[in-house]
Amino acid sequence: MLSIKGLHVYYGGIHALRGIDLDVPDGQIISLIGANGAGKSTTLKSIMAMVPKTEGTVMWNDKNITNVHTREVVGQGIVLCPEGRRVFPDLTVEENLRIGAYLRKDKDGIQKDKDWVYELFPRMKEREWQLAGTLSGGEQQMLAVGRALMSKPKLLMLDEPSLGLAPLVIRDIFAIIKEIKAAGVNVLLIEQNAKAALEISDFAYVMETGTITMSGVGKDLLNDERVKKAYLGE
Amino acid sequence: MNFFVENLPYILAGISVGGQYALIAIGYTMVYGILRLINFAHGDMFMVAGLVMVYLAASLPVYIAIPIVIVFTVVLGCTIEVVAYRPLRSAPRMSIMISAIGVSYLLQNTALYVTGGLTQTYPTIPWLAKTVTVFGAHTKMVTLITPVLTIALVIALVILIKYTKIGMAMRAVSRDFETSQLMGIDINRVITVTFIIGSFLAAIGSILYFSNYTGVMPTSGSMPGLKAFVAAVFGGIGSIPGAVIGAFIIGICENIIKGMELTVFSNAFTFVLLIIILMVKPTGLFGEKNIDKV
Repeated sequence: MLSIKGLHVYYGGIHALRGIDLDVPDGQIISLIGANGAGKSTTLKSIMAMVPKTEGTVMWNDKNITNVHTREVVGQGIVLCPEGRRVFPDLTVEENLRIGAYLRKDKDGIQKDKDWVYELFPRMKEREWQLAGTLSGGEQQMLAVGRALMSKPKLLMLDEPSLGLAPLVIRDIFAIIKEIKAAGVNVLLIEQNAKAALEISDFAYVMETGTITMSGVGKDLLNDERVKKAYLGE
Repeated sequence: MNFFVENLPYILAGISVGGQYALIAIGYTMVYGILRLINFAHGDMFMVAGLVMVYLAASLPVYIAIPIVIVFTVVLGCTIEVVAYRPLRSAPRMSIMISAIGVSYLLQNTALYVTGGLTQTYPTIPWLAKTVTVFGAHTKMVTLITPVLTIALVIALVILIKYTKIGMAMRAVSRDFETSQLMGIDINRVITVTFIIGSFLAAIGSILYFSNYTGVMPTSGSMPGLKAFVAAVFGGIGSIPGAVIGAFIIGICENIIKGMELTVFSNAFTFVLLIIILMVKPTGLFGEKNIDKV
């Protein structure tokens, strides 16, 4: 499991994270909800060592990964599917998947996982040789999730997977997230679509201006008056 | 047909010098593709490769000197990247560009200091200097070998970029640094490989070029460097086939102009071409569509 203690991050001159404590236990979907600029993406980026941490520790299965390089974090089985999909537009769908497995050497395992991704997203199989830049937004999101899975992660972190997608596509993506959890991958999910996120989460954290203000079981938060008012628009 | 026969020696010379420009231009275009940096020191590295060959060949047989020159140039290229560009990775683009100009002058002035400003005579590489006859035109072996070698190297490079893992990583990094890192790609390693390839090709280009022109001066790298740069822009900077085609076009046109006894205008032609390209199609023949303005 992943365990964050007292994480402080300064990002672009602002105190973006002010002492975050967060746990992602095995076999669960954990979500992190909150408004724009609350520090959700910064939290994920600092776990990936993409932004420097000022204070605090990140433990991964009793191993301290606070100060390791991004590629070692990936090597440990943690992967981030970044906001805005960020597929490589002039690589083919198949190459995008292969680059997701960049650090892996087990050819058979890579092929097996590629087949699994094609099973999860049959549309990707159809478009195997197409350039990723020619895919629709929803397809690119599926490819980005598939690419992340190719690293054989034990923890998959998703940053706004529903951003800019049609409701039907969002439903598909969330169904797939549950399937990924069922396959034994822990999920840490960031969403502005708080309702959809809370519905599939086992546990959730609410973030505001760099601190965690609330946490609880997904279903409970869904019925919490303050959450309803601030994030569910009720 | 008559035009062709009369101009054959110039066309041959043009193809040859075009190949030499192409080998330099690939270094420009690949570094630009990944770092969005115009490596102004590239042409001077080409000159340094020439000078090192001069000094090595004074005491060593050429077949030993050639590999040493290639290795030296590769090490020099990578060192320049680590010392002058890597620390500025997150600095504004202009800073790294100024650093590149600084390295360019550093190399030129070091060469001036070492040579005392005297033109050094490039050693004769026997099998390159041999005279051969093609369709009645006399020419040096190097003229024939250059285009063949250039095309072979370009094909090898294209295969490397298209079909190998490091090639795929290069394409990914050239598009998106951050996401490439999230895949576990070591960005610095990919950039080093890029500089190794660019420097290696510049070293080969230097051997071929100076076998033809024989005089090496501290400023010898400027003009071919500049022309290779124009070729890269002409073909669409960032595109390898573009750079190669651009280089051949420039080399051939330049020599045909020389053949028409307008030698004084041959350099001007290249730069007029640059101006026209920048006005008519700034992205060049095969350029990326949404290119950042430098």
